[in-house]
Amino acid sequence: MNSKMVYIAGFAIIAILVLATLAYGASQGFEFGGADDGAEGVVEEVDPGYEPWWNGIFGDYELPGETESLLFALQAAIGAIIIGFFIGRATRKA
Amino acid sequence: MHIMEGFLDPIWCAVWFVLAIPFVAFGAKKVIELMREHPEHKMTIALAGAFIFLLSSLKIPSVTGSSSHPTGTGFSAVLYGICATSFLATIVLIFQAILLAHGGLTTLGANIFSMGIAGPAAGLGVWLLLRKATNNIPVSMFFAALVADLFTYVVTAFQMTLNHGQSVTAFVDFMTNYAITQIPLSIVEGILFFMFAMFLLNNKPEIFDIAAGLGKKGSKGASA
Repeated sequence: MNSKMVYIAGFAIIAILVLATLAYGASQGFEFGGADDGAEGVVEEVDPGYEPWWNGIFGDYELPGETESLLFALQAAIGAIIIGFFIGRATRKA
Repeated sequence: MHIMEGFLDPIWCAVWFVLAIPFVAFGAKKVIELMREHPEHKMTIALAGAFIFLLSSLKIPSVTGSSSHPTGTGFSAVLYGICATSFLATIVLIFQAILLAHGGLTTLGANIFSMGIAGPAAGLGVWLLLRKATNNIPVSMFFAALVADLFTYVVTAFQMTLNHGQSVTAFVDFMTNYAITQIPLSIVEGILFFMFAMFLLNNKPEIFDIAAGLGKKGSKGASA
């Protein structure tokens, strides 16, 4: 099997899955809140009255959404640079 | 993973820290030794870490209406074993806990245990089983990455249940929140690593020779 075809097919499947999910979410009116934060709601349900006992080194201060996405993007970029570098170095010249 | 700051009682924070620290310390030692003795591995270790960095920062929406992120630990577990993976995961988790207030410093131990130790252990187990059953590296990689991702969240649900509710219903609630969201995402992660394993086979197959040897050493930790 031609590996190029597999890469194309793989990325196409991922793109379709993500797009289909977003379209389905839009039709259902989902908000797509984080599952990690969703756990907060579950805690309230199964353990009512639980108060987080420490709010972290920044206390109640929450980063503005823009800055937070910047830092997430930075984290992704660091990873992507290294992976790209590796792929460039490892690819055998045809 | 990513239990929020303050959502585990101090006693559980301590328990998970105690369980996680030996793995991380051993992993740090192993990574440093590996870099010194096999400099040719430096780039692959960086690559394994980079995958965890990249994938754990991507919040992908899931069919359940919540978004979550893949973990990316399967690749590193297969190549370098559980301890080294826990060390790499720790770096990522500290980055996120301090800079992003995502996860937390007090819950760091619990998060390392789920994402850096339990998930990779499950992934490595599946990898070793599949390597015996089939000679197909990309397929084994697919399932190793998938299981490592999924099991991380099963363990997180378990950790939350131990602290909150301590009942089957509570566990089911947490599982519905985490694991169901995670199933489609872990399939996406599996596809990604399937492709990457193919790329490596075509371009740098010698990576897997070393991986098999190191993977066997790591499997002792998995069975214990």
